Amino acid sequence: MKLSYFPGCSLSSTAKEYDMSAKAVCNALGVELVELKDWVCCGATSAHSTNHKLSIALPSRNLALAQESGMDLAVPCSACYSRVKKADYTMRNNEKMRGEIERIVEFKYNGSINVYSLIEAMVSKIGVDAIAKSVNKPLKGLKLVCYYGCLLVRPPEVTCFDDTENPVSLDNVMKAVGAEVIPWSYKTDCCGANLGLTSSSVVQGMVGRLLDAAKEAGAMAIVTACPLCQSNLEMRRKERNTELPAFYFTELVGMALDLPDCNKWFNLHLVNPKPLLQSLSLAG
Amino acid sequence: MQFIDSEKKNFFNEVREKSGQPIELCYQCQKCASGCIATEYADYFPNEILRLVQFGQKDRVLGCSSIWICSSCETCGARCPNGINIAEVMDALKEMSIREGKVKEKNINLFHNVFLGSVKTFGRVHESSMMAIYKLKSGDLMSDLDVGLEMFKKGKMPLLPHRIKAKGKLKHIFFSTNGHGPLNKNEKH
Repeated sequence: MKLSYFPGCSLSSTAKEYDMSAKAVCNALGVELVELKDWVCCGATSAHSTNHKLSIALPSRNLALAQESGMDLAVPCSACYSRVKKADYTMRNNEKMRGEIERIVEFKYNGSINVYSLIEAMVSKIGVDAIAKSVNKPLKGLKLVCYYGCLLVRPPEVTCFDDTENPVSLDNVMKAVGAEVIPWSYKTDCCGANLGLTSSSVVQGMVGRLLDAAKEAGAMAIVTACPLCQSNLEMRRKERNTELPAFYFTELVGMALDLPDCNKWFNLHLVNPKPLLQSLSLAG
Repeated sequence: MQFIDSEKKNFFNEVREKSGQPIELCYQCQKCASGCIATEYADYFPNEILRLVQFGQKDRVLGCSSIWICSSCETCGARCPNGINIAEVMDALKEMSIREGKVKEKNINLFHNVFLGSVKTFGRVHESSMMAIYKLKSGDLMSDLDVGLEMFKKGKMPLLPHRIKAKGKLKHIFFSTNGHGPLNKNEKH
């Protein structure tokens, strides 16, 4: 099976390991991710905060590229996913805006492709059972909390994915690869997102709250599906030791499939996850 | 909503139209505020913002911190019993605040401008140059240097930007949405 793939800017810089592990895992599970040719930045928070029309037009350019490819689109970054999904929702439901955006982006929207977050694509196109069957090295003893962040499930009328208050997709995938998933109440609380650079104390407060809650729940690590969440969780903590590393879910699936490149991904983390993995005999 | 003062009425109507949200339906249940993790860093609860808009309090709303500290996590809107997507209201207010020159959180707006400047120039964000420009313009030179260096060493901060090929299309998108972004040195107003 083939899917169009819009990695977004973070995945070629601060979240390289997410890009590498996403491609490796999908490939191993029989899905080829075909990168959109010449994709543009989705505009992220900066576009929707300052210029509504630009915030629909920029991701619509990627919709046009995906439409041309004829394959459903998978987006690993939650922020990019949110912007492309919002643009798709607007194009589907707002006729006036659709006409305007079609002129600006110079394409004719036909609604023929679906936009998925990578986790949704994996759960719906590959399936939790198929992932479980491919496991070679179950993540035994690894106690995790699943952190979905804001934009995978909100706003619900746009994302139409999982439960808004208590999503379970990541939990199911992590259970399928043998990890022990611990319930907690902070699955969809915000990490502070892009305020990191401008208001680091705000983000430090929000991240601190999440880390404290994860620790209290008895987790050894946090698993995420968003480059902004992952980097805030590792970069904006008060003390950077090896406690509570933050993984991309694709890294952990990759490790359970016993893929060869796991160590390369883990070397890119700001919080070294290897002491934890070694203590559980999961990594060499 | 009924107003005696036409300025207040115009303000309310513009926010309602720009955001597309039924702001008049807010009856102050405060479900938004109780789930808002930004409130401890902000000056108004989300329900207070809606009430101020209902009362046409333009200057207080457009000049406040809350609209900028809001990270658009969308929790408030997902829980609103009246279907008001408050993040959309916050976005509309930010746009209006820029237009009226009332931006309180200047560095956050500066970040947005520098970010979009990078997108406008390359088609994608180039983190290294974007951070450098933000730091120079904000005067906040020293923070995050250690973590930036660490990222650089790990190859997570490429020195050279990737430039997309469809430059004409990109230019057209920015031009047609009036999203000129910050002007380059050789551009004129």
